[in-house]
Amino acid sequence: MADLTIPERIPINLVVNGERRALEVVPWTTLLDALRDRLELTGTKKGCDHGQCGACTVLIDGRRVNSCLTLAVMTDGAEITTIEGLARDGALHPLQQAFIDHDAFQCGYCTPGQICSAAGLLAEGRARDADEIRELMSGNLCRCGAYPNIVAAIEQAMSRS
Amino acid sequence: MNAYVGTSTSRVDGRAKVTGAAKYAGEFAADGLLHGFVVEATIARGRIARLDTSEALRVKGVVDVLTHAHRPPLADKDEAWKDEVAPEKGSPFRPLYDERIKFNGQPIALVVAEDWETAKFAATRVHVEYEQEGFATDLESERDKAEKVDQPHKPRGDAAGALTRAPVRHEADYVLPTEHHNPMELFATTAVWDGSGGLTVYDKTQGVQNVQKFLCSVFGKKPDEIRVISPYVGGAFGSGLRPQHQVVLATLAALALKRSVRVVLTRQQMYSLGYRPMTIERVALGAKPDGTLDAIAHEAIAVTSRYEDFSRNDTGWAEQLYKSPNSNFSHKLVDLDVSTPCDMRAPGAATGVCALECAMDELAVALKLDPVDLRLRCYSDRDQSEDLPYTSKQLRECYARGAEAFGWSRRNPAPRSMRDGKELVGWGMATGVWEALQMPVAVRIVLTANGHAEISCAASDIGTGTYTIVAQVAADALGLPIDNISVRLADSTLPQAPVEGGSWMAASSAHAVLRAAEEIREELARLAKAMPASPLADLDAANITLTDGMIASSDGRGAAVSIADVMRHSKLERIEREKLNQFAEDKSHARNTHSAVFAEVKIDEELGIIRVTRIVNAVAAGRILNTKTGRSQIMGGVVWGIGMALHEETVMDHRFGRIMNANIAEYHIPVNADVHDIDLIFVDEPDDRINRLGIKGLGEIGIVGVPAAIANAVYHATGKRIRRFPITLDKLLE
Repeated sequence: MADLTIPERIPINLVVNGERRALEVVPWTTLLDALRDRLELTGTKKGCDHGQCGACTVLIDGRRVNSCLTLAVMTDGAEITTIEGLARDGALHPLQQAFIDHDAFQCGYCTPGQICSAAGLLAEGRARDADEIRELMSGNLCRCGAYPNIVAAIEQAMSRS
Repeated sequence: MNAYVGTSTSRVDGRAKVTGAAKYAGEFAADGLLHGFVVEATIARGRIARLDTSEALRVKGVVDVLTHAHRPPLADKDEAWKDEVAPEKGSPFRPLYDERIKFNGQPIALVVAEDWETAKFAATRVHVEYEQEGFATDLESERDKAEKVDQPHKPRGDAAGALTRAPVRHEADYVLPTEHHNPMELFATTAVWDGSGGLTVYDKTQGVQNVQKFLCSVFGKKPDEIRVISPYVGGAFGSGLRPQHQVVLATLAALALKRSVRVVLTRQQMYSLGYRPMTIERVALGAKPDGTLDAIAHEAIAVTSRYEDFSRNDTGWAEQLYKSPNSNFSHKLVDLDVSTPCDMRAPGAATGVCALECAMDELAVALKLDPVDLRLRCYSDRDQSEDLPYTSKQLRECYARGAEAFGWSRRNPAPRSMRDGKELVGWGMATGVWEALQMPVAVRIVLTANGHAEISCAASDIGTGTYTIVAQVAADALGLPIDNISVRLADSTLPQAPVEGGSWMAASSAHAVLRAAEEIREELARLAKAMPASPLADLDAANITLTDGMIASSDGRGAAVSIADVMRHSKLERIEREKLNQFAEDKSHARNTHSAVFAEVKIDEELGIIRVTRIVNAVAAGRILNTKTGRSQIMGGVVWGIGMALHEETVMDHRFGRIMNANIAEYHIPVNADVHDIDLIFVDEPDDRINRLGIKGLGEIGIVGVPAAIANAVYHATGKRIRRFPITLDKLLE
């Protein structure tokens, strides 16, 4: 007889966009599903669920991470920033404004992941020119093909930060 | 007044998209929402002998498992399943209808549970036994079984005879693989149960009214019982034109369980939706030594399913581009045990023009002519298929402007003659062409006394910029700042619109806005003239215009009154007008967009790695409503062309009839590092014949020609002609 039991829920505490959130999750719940389905933070997108597209990128303790490859239980106690947490008091993050200015998206579905990934990239301080931005942003797919505008937007935000 | 049309206005939905506020189909919440997970067939053809759901049903949290043997009623006539863009011939696929398996990956059960993970887990506990039947999925081995479909273009003269006599001939097969759209958003539907038999269906679709009518006919519902909404669509590129499996399954489950249900397909499951069909393109060109053409023959052999005939115009594009006294075109289909193909960005043209433009490059080599020069020698000022002039055709200017921007005159024509350090450098070019289509669309405008206007229409914005151009056109037509315009789209209860596709939505929606705005203007003029001591009393309504929130004389002289004052005087809170715009039929001219694409590749000779370092795409597409979003659309098309040339291919294991790379890591699409310098030029193309604003549409033209330009550049760099796409490094090193 096959084992049909669902694992027990485990309590975890997260700080999401500066707010403390307590959750009970089964161990197989990804951070992505916890954000989207449990915390109703649907700004973080699911594009593949396999770490192949980058649409689910969030910042965990300031580092950019694919939230679909991260189990929620692994992030107990962590500080998580999603796209909903980037604007401050209604003022857009410089990257958000730069993405609008440069039309760095069309359908908008990869955009939260692109912006969170770019925020992580800026914090890393590794990209010095357009070629390096292209290389270091290649984990974030954009099927609309907005790449040159994404690079221009990141360059704008880099020059102003 | 053109304060906004033609400018680089930023997307009006930009803020929603960069803050995560924009909600897509699978993101709408509902009380007691259930989650469905699809179980798919693992054989290509046969029948389900046994489908055991008992174990899945015992998993805690599972509410039900729907199958063909356990589901609410579904329509039993093909007509009921034919949506607005279904192929004319055939019997559309019906999810969970019966035990027949028509393709690998076909949905055969839907596990519905209290949460998504439980549904996904329980789906692994559905046990299926099949009776398998013989099947075929390989176009090339089945090529001899191809059958002709209606010819897209009439033959002219005697192409076969002219080809035999032609002093210079080129003839070859070009093979374009199956491609999948892979929009970033997973196909998803949230069907919200209203408690009394009605449903609000949030669906990933390019046409909410198409889906609404389809669901009503499939489920026998009255029009007011189902409403379909899709405010944001995370890309579609054609894959959302027809109602897809998940919307049927979510609706089925919601009706069965009388609860709200969400169904999200996995990336892998999306590979059993439609796709660009693999096509073998045979092109034959016969020319005189001076570079004029005697004959063009183009035959396409493409995949379709056994249950529907899907075909698009692959052949015949030469009729628009190149003068030739003799021509012959044919399109054939091979029925295979696969799902039905569907439209994918520039369907027919992306593939057909790719083959034609590679063939033209080969002919240029044979004639020892510059590829641009050859195209100018054959340039056609008329559409030869119907012998019609064009409403406008600035293709010559595209060649000239593109060549100049690219530096084409510095090209050494000899293959392998140009280098950059260790890399071979190749320069290639190609022509692009697409149709300028327009459809009936209705728009409602509600102008309120505070000077705001709401524009509403059922049309979708799939990333194309419809929200923004509708706002621009409305702001100009009503003389209001764009911030005073709000746009509502993609709700089936809003005024009529067709599916968003074929590059027709810009012209179609813009002119509907103009018509409705005209009625608002006429009403305002009437009210303004009727005001006591009106400064506009003596003016003809036709000489009154709206500008800066004022109702004024068109010549700019004399007094004006504000819209707000007029409405207050007339004791009106709102003026509402809805207008359906239909374009007058005009068969006296051909309507097309054109482009000239120039590509530079750099190739590591030892490793075969190909980089597309530069693209110049010069496009003539009538009036550009928004230079910012318009450029983005063309850029997206160019990136798709890079993918088509070098990366994209859906690979089938024909022993199982199953796709081997049904994911977004092994199905390669261009990533940021694959895309370098892209220079886009909009060639001025005034066109007062095609429609009032001179709009032609931009969604497709950006991709057409790009794959051929890259393939031709690869030949120029290496001397190797790769006629089987995509051009991967193994083919270069062979």
